[in-house]
Amino acid sequence: MDFQYFLELFFGGLTRGSIYALIALGYTLVYGIIQLINFAHGEVYMLGAFTALIVAGILGFTGFPAVGILLVAALVAVVWCAAYGYTLEKVAYKPLRGAPRLSPLISAIGMSIFLQNYVILAQTSDFVPFPRLIPEFDFLEYIDYIMGPSDLVILVTSTCTMIALTLFIHYTRMGKAMRATAQNRKMAMLLGIDADRIISLTFIIGSALAAVGGVLIASHMGQVNFNIGFLAGMKAFTAAVLGGIGSIPGAMVGGLVLGLCESFTTGYLSGNYEDVLAFGILILILIFRPDGILGKATVQKV
Amino acid sequence: MKKGISLLAGAALVALLAGSAQAADPIKIGVPGAHSGDLASYGVPSLNAAKIVAAEYNARGGIMGRQIEIVPQDDQCKPELASNAATKLLSDKVAAVMGHICSGATKAALPIYNDAKVVSISPSATTPALTKSGENPYFFRTIANDDDQATLTADFALKKLQVKKVVYLHDNGEYGKGFVENNRVQLEKAGVETVLFEAINPDAVDFSSVVRKLRRAKPDALFFGGYQPTASKLVQQMRRDHVNVPIIGPDGLKDEAFIKMAGKDAEGIYTSYPSDTSNLPAYTKAVEQHVKMFGTQPGSFFPNAYAATQALLNAIDKAQSTDTVKIMEALRSESVETPVGTIKFNAKGDPTGVGLSIYQIRNGKYVEVGHSITLN
Repeated sequence: MDFQYFLELFFGGLTRGSIYALIALGYTLVYGIIQLINFAHGEVYMLGAFTALIVAGILGFTGFPAVGILLVAALVAVVWCAAYGYTLEKVAYKPLRGAPRLSPLISAIGMSIFLQNYVILAQTSDFVPFPRLIPEFDFLEYIDYIMGPSDLVILVTSTCTMIALTLFIHYTRMGKAMRATAQNRKMAMLLGIDADRIISLTFIIGSALAAVGGVLIASHMGQVNFNIGFLAGMKAFTAAVLGGIGSIPGAMVGGLVLGLCESFTTGYLSGNYEDVLAFGILILILIFRPDGILGKATVQKV
Repeated sequence: MKKGISLLAGAALVALLAGSAQAADPIKIGVPGAHSGDLASYGVPSLNAAKIVAAEYNARGGIMGRQIEIVPQDDQCKPELASNAATKLLSDKVAAVMGHICSGATKAALPIYNDAKVVSISPSATTPALTKSGENPYFFRTIANDDDQATLTADFALKKLQVKKVVYLHDNGEYGKGFVENNRVQLEKAGVETVLFEAINPDAVDFSSVVRKLRRAKPDALFFGGYQPTASKLVQQMRRDHVNVPIIGPDGLKDEAFIKMAGKDAEGIYTSYPSDTSNLPAYTKAVEQHVKMFGTQPGSFFPNAYAATQALLNAIDKAQSTDTVKIMEALRSESVETPVGTIKFNAKGDPTGVGLSIYQIRNGKYVEVGHSITLN
């Protein structure tokens, strides 16, 4: 077989897979703690892209170097979206904590619609160009058929982010508290863990990760729109389920597997089947292995 | 019972009025279209065009001694409002209709005009089936339909680019897929090989797989069917991946927003679009009239609507009648000098004499490359 073509598709798949993984982490973290599918998560990703666009637009006048603008824009987007995530939880989910599981789910769908329309009203319903902030790397000259500068930036950034998250979850007090709350919230509370704070923290981290994904994709694709969060969110949700919802390594693996599957389907079969495949996988997983690749077979809590 | 009496009285009143005012009755022309809402920018210029042409006729004393009255109806480009608008126009006893604007709205309204045997001319509905299906014998338009674009682009690819193998990508929508499908049919007939024919999802987070597949196929040209936002994402990714094949797209890519969005990556892209007629005397005159009457430059489809109103009123004038059959005969036989060229209509209702040209983006501007067809 044509090995170079295989590599091209492989890295293309890794790029999109790592974006799915970043967003999927948000789904999985939240699900792990409060067993809620946060359907407004895709919108946080979109808000991240818009925030970065606005910041980049302002900084564009200052004559900052492009890399600097990208870093500052990404940082502001992360902080801003973390605040959105925090508020989202306080407004839409916390009041429903004791309610049946369906209520916060519907609240999440409502939040998603609200946030989209909020962006349409406050910004625009048009597509908006996103400035090209990712620099050309000279050292990529020989392999940039396989991996371009934005692919590299996406891969490196998402890998670093995911390593940082893993370290945080495993080796800090907060991380331990998060894991404890995920295992058994009541027990964790009895041991003096402030569950409300942990839940807020989870939303903050999840939203920050989505913002990173949003900024990366916006600068990769060169445009943003109020609707970009929908399909990305659905794909990431699929990735989270594929990997095993609630499992952090599962979300990462699920994202990469989904990205690679899509890329190879398009490359070797036909692009017509890209979405069919993604959602076909979702259905098959839900039927045959609802706990996903890395998920533990848990006793149903409901 | 009361209602019945008042109805009777109303009918008597109408009969009385009709009898007394027969000679000075205006000829009513219905102008339905998007006059409010999101797509008002598509419909309002057409209404303005109709008003200008009607005013010109009225200043000369009207037709058959009768004034021309424009009856607007807002359909917001929504099919469900369009059929309402059509019904209202018919109850207003319009002699003919200049509209609707959007293809979907036109499709919804046409059965109503068909039943009433009323002529309608759309300045902007491009869906091929509206004329080609043969279901709408009283329908005409002053704009080239989507199939004609493909005739031009396929011809251009064959003769100027001399393509041997081609990739087609589309967004799976009716407009985009129709465009590439028509090109494929015509090019395959001429012996051009199809190396790839695929859909892309406009919302996908990344197009790199399909771009790499396209790069591997090494085509002579890429036909893209879809709208401007998808195209700008695609070309940016293509250029970044060093794919420099010529790209040919439909008129949806002839939009300043496309250049704004794709920047220098849009350079060199070919699109089809109505030929530039801005140096025709009829065009200059129409724009001057608009500036004089409304104080602004005209908007989308203004020249086409101006032409449609001209053709319609000219036909009524030549026929000296508002009879549908006579109007249709005159539309097909009488040429009119309009802002979009000297036009009349063929048996199907499509315009003849309208030009379509290939444009290329050069230095951030759309430039005609000197390859065009005139419809007949």
